[in-house]
Amino acid sequence: MFWDWSYVWEIMPTLLRASVVTIQATLLGFVLAAVLGLVMAILRMSKSQWISVPTAAVIEFIRSTPLLIQIFFIFFVFPEFGIVLPALTAGVIALGLHYGAYCSEVYRAGLESVPRGQWEASIALNLSPYITFRDIIIPQAIPPVVPALGNYLVALFKETPLLSAIAVLELMQTAKILGSENFRYVEPITLVGAFFLVMSLVASVFIRQVESTLNRSLRNPGGGQ
Amino acid sequence: MTTPMVKFDNVTKRYGSLTVLDSLNLEIAANEKVAIIGPSGSGKTTVLRMLMTLERINDGVIHVDGEPMTHMERNGALVPADERHLRRVRGNIGMVFQHFNLFPHMSALKNCMEAPIHVLGMPRREAEERAAELLDMVGLGDKKNHYPSQLSGGQQQRVAIARALAMRPKVMLFDEVTSALDPELVGEVLQVIRKLAKEHSLTMLMVTHQMGFAREFADRVCFFHSGKIAEQGAPDKIFNDPQEERTRQFLSAVLEAG
Repeated sequence: MFWDWSYVWEIMPTLLRASVVTIQATLLGFVLAAVLGLVMAILRMSKSQWISVPTAAVIEFIRSTPLLIQIFFIFFVFPEFGIVLPALTAGVIALGLHYGAYCSEVYRAGLESVPRGQWEASIALNLSPYITFRDIIIPQAIPPVVPALGNYLVALFKETPLLSAIAVLELMQTAKILGSENFRYVEPITLVGAFFLVMSLVASVFIRQVESTLNRSLRNPGGGQ
Repeated sequence: MTTPMVKFDNVTKRYGSLTVLDSLNLEIAANEKVAIIGPSGSGKTTVLRMLMTLERINDGVIHVDGEPMTHMERNGALVPADERHLRRVRGNIGMVFQHFNLFPHMSALKNCMEAPIHVLGMPRREAEERAAELLDMVGLGDKKNHYPSQLSGGQQQRVAIARALAMRPKVMLFDEVTSALDPELVGEVLQVIRKLAKEHSLTMLMVTHQMGFAREFADRVCFFHSGKIAEQGAPDKIFNDPQEERTRQFLSAVLEAG
């Protein structure tokens, strides 16, 4: 038979447990990417070339090398320098770094879209650079780029199967193991594909939700009076 | 003679090969109201922007309240000011912009509380009380929870004035504050500035195209032309009996249009 339902029910619990790891890796990786991306974007805008140029170089380097190689590097090469990381941690760091570099470009677009007058008003009010970023610039820079950041969240999610290469027991790795144990790959691989499809769609809806909430609050913040 | 509140000492500003201000010398006494007029490109807005430290100067020194602002003393010599020095001296100055530049994600009240809390270190309650008082003063006490997008241009500009005042500046700069407003909204903003001039001891510098207002409000009018003060004096003198041909030409062009 091409499709065996009893086999599906048998492997479902194992796959669901593995999906928790996939979701963990996605969320942790994205939080790291979102934070690192913002830091990189701000460093890149620095007036000092000693900061902005190296930052730009690092971003370009990360974006121009494959994620899989970065994962391998962190997991297999870092130990040579005495940094031994568990597979999941190494994977999350690699995802966070890689997507952080992409997110930094998105943030940069958002930061540059804040009108110059906002910076000038901040100087005129004598706000420190830190307060200017925290209270004035970032709250205006982020809402417009939420859709683009959301795309990267979905993209990152769909790249988590790469972590199977360093034997993180996420969905793909688990499906491969199940397949090789039972000599049946159709069901586990199909289920994994379906899971990614469903979760991506859910994430898209969620992101659209966040986007419209942010848009509403920016156009008419606090509901107005 | 008492120390001037603001003193431009041979200040030059260039953009590339273009000299916007050419060895400007200007002294403004404490509490003096000065109107700056002139054709566009004459450098008048640059004067305010340099004083607010939004533009670096290429030559000369600007003093504020008897202290060099663009420079600081180190081992008896004047060296260009560092960020810390700028931040300290800049606290004396407030500015209102042509395009208001309110923070769109904050209510009118929050706009006026942000800097007092984070720069002056004022407790939140006190900052809120003061912000509410200032919004009352500009006639917007009932709109303090509105966001800039819910306010008219004239109302936004009045919030911007309150926001600048919240920092208790000694010098207030007004950069074409009515130029972006619909004509029927100009009056309410000028009314607030008039009130300020009367009730507060503030040194005020105003770049304006409102000749009528400049005449009534200012103690002194400076006419800028090609990066220099071509003529200055009491408003009556400048408007009724200008000595310079360029001043006459400018005034007749402006008054004809207005």
